[in-house]
Amino acid sequence: MQQPFYWRRAGTLVLLALCLLLAGCSSALMDPKGVIGETQRSLILSSFGLMLIVVIPVIVMTIVFGWYYRRSNTMAEYLPDWAHSNWIEAIVWLVPVVIVAILGVITWKSSHDLDPHRALESDVAELEIQAVALDWKWLFIYPEQGIATVNEVAFPVDTPVRFRVSSGSVMNSFFIPQLGSQIYAMAGMDNDVYLQANEIGTYGGRSTNYSGAGFSGMIFDAHVTSDEDFDAWVAEVEQSPQTLNYPEGYSELAERSTFHPVEYFSDVTPEFYERLVSSFHTGSDPDTETQDAPRAPAVDSNEAYQTTDNQADGEAEDGQTMSNEAGE
Amino acid sequence: MFGKLSLEAIPYHEPILVIAGLVGILGGAALLGALTYFRKWGWLWNEWFTSVDHKKLGIMYFIVALIMLLRGFADALMMRVQQAIAAGGSAGILPPDHYDQIFTAHGVIMIFFVAMPMVIGLMNLVVPLQIGARDVAFPFLNNLSFWLFAVSALLINVSLFVGEFATTGWLAYAPLSGIEYSPGVGVDYWIWALQISGIGTTLTGINFFVTILKMRTKGMTLFRMPIFTWTSLCANVLIIASFPILTATIAMLTLDRYLGMNFFTNDMGGNVMMYVNLIWAWGHPEVYILILPAFGVFSEVIATFARKRLFGYHTMVWATIAITVLSFIVWLHHFFTMGAGANVNAFFGIMTMIIAIPTGVKVFNWLFTIFRGRLELTSPVLWTLGFIITFTIGGMTGVMLALPAANFVLHNSLFVIAHFHNVIVGGVVFGMMAGLTYWFPKAFGFTLDEKWGKRSFWCWIIGFYVAFMPLYVLSFYGAARRMNSYPNAEWQPWFIVALIGALLIAAGIACTLIQFYVSVRNRDKYADVTGDPWDGRTLEWAASSPPAFYNFARLPVVGDIDSFWSQKQRGNEQLEDAPYTDIHMPRNTVAGPIISVFAMIFGFAMVWHIWWLAGFSAIGMLVSFLMRVSNDDIDYYVPAAEVERIELAHQQRVEAQA
Repeated sequence: MQQPFYWRRAGTLVLLALCLLLAGCSSALMDPKGVIGETQRSLILSSFGLMLIVVIPVIVMTIVFGWYYRRSNTMAEYLPDWAHSNWIEAIVWLVPVVIVAILGVITWKSSHDLDPHRALESDVAELEIQAVALDWKWLFIYPEQGIATVNEVAFPVDTPVRFRVSSGSVMNSFFIPQLGSQIYAMAGMDNDVYLQANEIGTYGGRSTNYSGAGFSGMIFDAHVTSDEDFDAWVAEVEQSPQTLNYPEGYSELAERSTFHPVEYFSDVTPEFYERLVSSFHTGSDPDTETQDAPRAPAVDSNEAYQTTDNQADGEAEDGQTMSNEAGE
Repeated sequence: MFGKLSLEAIPYHEPILVIAGLVGILGGAALLGALTYFRKWGWLWNEWFTSVDHKKLGIMYFIVALIMLLRGFADALMMRVQQAIAAGGSAGILPPDHYDQIFTAHGVIMIFFVAMPMVIGLMNLVVPLQIGARDVAFPFLNNLSFWLFAVSALLINVSLFVGEFATTGWLAYAPLSGIEYSPGVGVDYWIWALQISGIGTTLTGINFFVTILKMRTKGMTLFRMPIFTWTSLCANVLIIASFPILTATIAMLTLDRYLGMNFFTNDMGGNVMMYVNLIWAWGHPEVYILILPAFGVFSEVIATFARKRLFGYHTMVWATIAITVLSFIVWLHHFFTMGAGANVNAFFGIMTMIIAIPTGVKVFNWLFTIFRGRLELTSPVLWTLGFIITFTIGGMTGVMLALPAANFVLHNSLFVIAHFHNVIVGGVVFGMMAGLTYWFPKAFGFTLDEKWGKRSFWCWIIGFYVAFMPLYVLSFYGAARRMNSYPNAEWQPWFIVALIGALLIAAGIACTLIQFYVSVRNRDKYADVTGDPWDGRTLEWAASSPPAFYNFARLPVVGDIDSFWSQKQRGNEQLEDAPYTDIHMPRNTVAGPIISVFAMIFGFAMVWHIWWLAGFSAIGMLVSFLMRVSNDDIDYYVPAAEVERIELAHQQRVEAQA
């Protein structure tokens, strides 16, 4: 008397699958607003489809075999010692091997095409924004514009943006779901991810890597604007009476806070980001440092962080250098 | 005098913890009182706590695991309630600090104190019987392993009422787990609970590795071993190779926290990425330590209840070995987003996908075992069929996560949570439920109630899909894991559905508890006198249920795979009239519990920086260990006459029943 249960389960599955499909279409990952996210959507869908070639037969076979060869069905063939078949063995090895081989090629190609460190090809000049994870907010620095913001970022549409990502505290991950790839923010590491939005709008961004009690508040809005609106936004930030210097102003900002309000800084100490990153590369006296005070940078130049041994060899080979030509 | 410990460590201002504490204390007091009232202490100590009998240790592992399952599941329910409420600006019912402890404890407890002891408990109960041995290679170590695990479980529960638990996530990523960002005692509880139980696990790995290689009965070549024994062997190889990495990693974190060293700090040359690499170099093999024995359970269950030889035995074995080897070269897929280069990411992505090949082959072999079989749809079979479907879906989402470029948008989201529950619930939990039902009569001499077993299954599987499919959806909306609250009100309905799913699973757990109650009450009706209630295929079913403490009066001789089955087919010509001989058995030991209690005190003292107590208990551990190793009176012989008496009594019982 198992049949009704099977139908009930099948019904549940079908219902759930429909819900998933309906819900999925409007979601952030299925409705991307950037070139990276679009490629990732098709990658997810094609790998999903490819694997269904195995998954659907397995589900069908489980239910059909389980039901047809039930003990009460004496009509079914019963061969208690049948335990080997070269044909079946060949097929059950071959089919997964072929699918994984195809997926392997896709993996290799997409890993390189969508390498977060790879610069995007574009006629438009690239914009650099430095994102620093703090407890618990995001600091965004615009080195060319000499401005900084907290928990709000803006950039023009159709412009490749290089986010350089680091942390002044624990590990976080920088992610704007509708634009694509996330990347870890780690203290003393100068990570980066290239993103580009192709539609004007406001997209939610967040840290996805748990970082302590204020983690849920590490959210920000990413405003994708026209060029004119971006200039206007920059001008507005430049109006701010607040400025951010290193290390005193930073030290104040780095103090723990949750659901930190948006802040604008009209001026930033030059090399702010570089000095912060390199401050982790040399030791300070552990007895005198306090939790939130920044480490005094030992070498006050751009050179120091470029030649750190914290950079893994693999990254160096793959173009994770400080140069903007990375990954070409 | 008491280090960092003071009355402020008792969280009397948190109502949930106070209630949990009172329930714990009252429950514990009731249990201790009952034991005293019924004068069961001597029995408990002599028959169970000091026992080196692998079957009793297996049962004790399972009992502790089931208790911890209730604790871990209570954590899960609280998380689901919190996320169902904390939408669109609401803070929910749990403040971040408490919520963060709960999800950390949930992960740690479910992996280390539920899944691991269930797997190791089944190995204990089954492996020596399947290979025709009388005990494990190192019976004392086996007792010690159990107690090191049990006291760690206790230590983790102490953190509920004295101090706090870690708020770092179950793997305590540095630098968050460092002293700078986690100055409290939570991470220290995590450290000492895992360190103590991890050492016990390593000892178990060595013990069973040697047992399987050296103690197989006559005629049982490696390629005649039952599949569960094979998968256990591979799991133990993984334990031996990977747990020392965990021990060393935690030791380095300990040095950072206690002595101000800088292995994993942000500065002073510490390397946070190294911590993440090391913890996953252990962590990935760990998931195969859990799933391989579950694969073994399904193989035994499906062949027995289909009354058919397992399809492709050799393929199964080689697939298991392939998974064992590959599981060590995929760890980086847990952090593609760290920023390694494309070549590195692609390599680990492809390696991960390659694991899907032997796993897929195993799935097909189970299906072709059913094919042309006579499948009895018992509850272990339902768990197995549910596993095949659920695990296949989980495997698929796993391969999606293994694509580095797709991982960049799926990582750290609820997709990961849904994926690993898809494989751990669908694989390990279903496997342990199948194994529990399948081998329960072997352990206790009566079968479990089928009706409640099937109810449990249907609650679990429906509950699973209702609880976790919404998480896949939410991940597509950008929902991260470990959120205490979220501003997006439109996510809330999905979280409420997930909560309903969790409640269905709770009903499944309740069904299992009722199943135990009903089965114990009807134990006479469900009695398994023959020792072979399912018409089994492997040697454990040749022993009585429960087996005599020496397992086999005469060690069986094996001629092929499924030797008990073919022996029955040939008409049961056992060496009936061969005379019994004296049987060499290990003595019970008090050293296991005593060393472990000192270990727990040591852990507690280290957590609270009570140095004198730490020193005292360290000396206690050392002295009791030395006393044990200088004790020569650790074994004895059961006289042949005694064996004959026990066997005769058993035969009379069988005949009386017939």
